[in-house]
Parts: sequence; structure tokens; C-alpha cells
Amino acid sequence: MYLGRVVGRVWSTVKDPGLAAQRLLLVQPLTPEGNPTGKRLVVTDSMGAGAGELVYWSKGKESSFPFLPVEVPTEMTIVGIVDAVNVDREA
Amino acid sequence: MLIARIIGDVTATHKHASHEGQKLLLVQPVELDLATPRGDAVIAVDAVDAGPGDLVLLVTEGYSAMTSVNRPESPIDMAVLGVIDFVDFADAPPHPAARSAK
Amino acid sequence: MILARVVGTIVATRKDPRLEGRKLLICKPVSPEGKDESGYVVAVDTVSAGFRETVILVSGSSARMADGCKDKPVDTAVIGIVDSVSIDEGSKGA
Repeated sequence: MYLGRVVGRVWSTVKDPGLAAQRLLLVQPLTPEGNPTGKRLVVTDSMGAGAGELVYWSKGKESSFPFLPVEVPTEMTIVGIVDAVNVDREA
Repeated sequence: MLIARIIGDVTATHKHASHEGQKLLLVQPVELDLATPRGDAVIAVDAVDAGPGDLVLLVTEGYSAMTSVNRPESPIDMAVLGVIDFVDFADAPPHPAARSAK
Repeated sequence: MILARVVGTIVATRKDPRLEGRKLLICKPVSPEGKDESGYVVAVDTVSAGFRETVILVSGSSARMADGCKDKPVDTAVIGIVDSVSIDEGSKGA
């Protein structure tokens, strides 16, 4: 799974029927220290995450599992809202 | 699978039900010198009770990750499923997994 | 499937019980000419490969189709030891 921050939302009217009930969010991947890394991504959301929240998401086929039995054609889904990150690279 | 170092953990109260009770580790994949970061750190579920500083085996494929913590059909794409004791290279003496004292 | 070279092994006592008894090899991808490519991967050995041997790796869910890997947490497996590679002259350096 990956760490990131919700930085926006994507609106789409014409989309795959499987995505009909899905909110599409823009997420900026972050390093554990909180610095942006890589491009912003469009992800589906299974947690009701809001703007500015620190989240983690999973990638790949597994990311469609929160929506079962509905088969949602997604490859990245927010699966948790992060309370705290504890990092010690020298540990 | 990749070799990775545990650098921390992540706490999340509001998360997918299948992640309840799982320890979420922050792991930094490393290159074969066992120190240089290989890409960004990622979050993995812990299947072997690993701790900070441990050198571990990181599996990055869904089925392996999900079944290692007995949560099939859940959104888990990475898991720590082994703690490395040492690494043996063909052209060098065995390399202990623990960090050498500074 | 890709070609790779065995450069090391990993010893892990505490691991997923389904991996017990399996040898874990560190493999570095190589070109058909035998030149090292970037990166590495840790693979489960199913053919008793040894140091410096050139091997065939299979990754993804197909790795679990390798001998003895069914229902095991294996994402990359060593499924063959390469005897030789012949390269069509016309494709060299392509």
C-alpha cells in the first residue's frame, strides 16, 4: 500500500457503468516524511476520504475488492485514513 | 519478492474492515547493498511480527499478501512475510541482516 | 518469463510457514547475451539452481503454477536452469 494526501476530486459523467457510484479523488503520493513524490493519481475511494486527508491506498486488482460483489474497474483505491505515521530511518 | 528494511509504522483508525487488527508497517525496499533505497517507502501488512530496523522479505503481489494474513478478497497488495537472518552473495562473504554498529 | 543470474541466497528463519523448506534466491535479470540488467528480485527455487547459474524466472500469479508452489505466497519462481541461449544474428543489439 502507499501513502498519500487527497488533493482534489475528478468529475466524470460519461464513464464505465461499474464506476457509476464511485467518487474519483486526486491523490498526491507522499514519502513517509510527508514530501510529495511522483505524479498525482486518480483513485477510487472506499473510505469516504475528504480533501486534505492523509490516506493510504492499495494498487492492482486487489483494489477492486472493497466494492465486491460489484466489480469496479479500478486499479487504485483508498483503503484507510491515516492517523499517524511513525518513521525512524535509523532504526 | 524484494528485500526491504522496516522504517516505521502507520496508524489508521478508519480503514477497510479487512485491515482491522493488522499491523501496518512502513517498509523501504533496498538495493543489493542492503542500504540504498530502491524507490519510495511503502505500507505493508505484517505477517511475521517484524519490528523496526528488521531486514525483511516484502511480497508485492496480491494473492500472496492477502493469504499471508488470512484475509482473502481484501485490498491488501503488500505484506512482510519473512524476517531475514542473513544474505549470502555468490561473490562476497555472507552479509548479516542486522545493521552494523556505527 | 525472463532470464536472470543467481547472485545470492537469503536465510530467513521467521517466515510464512508456507515458505518453509524453500530456498530463496536473489536473482539479477540478464540480457540474452548474458549482460546484467538493472534491479533484482527474490525468487523461490524449484529446480535446485546454484550460484552464478543463468535461470528462467516466472513472475506474477503464474509463479504459483511452478512445481510445489500451488497456494503458496510466491510471486517469483525459478523454473529452469539455462543450458544455452542462441540468438538470431539479425536481432542482435535490437
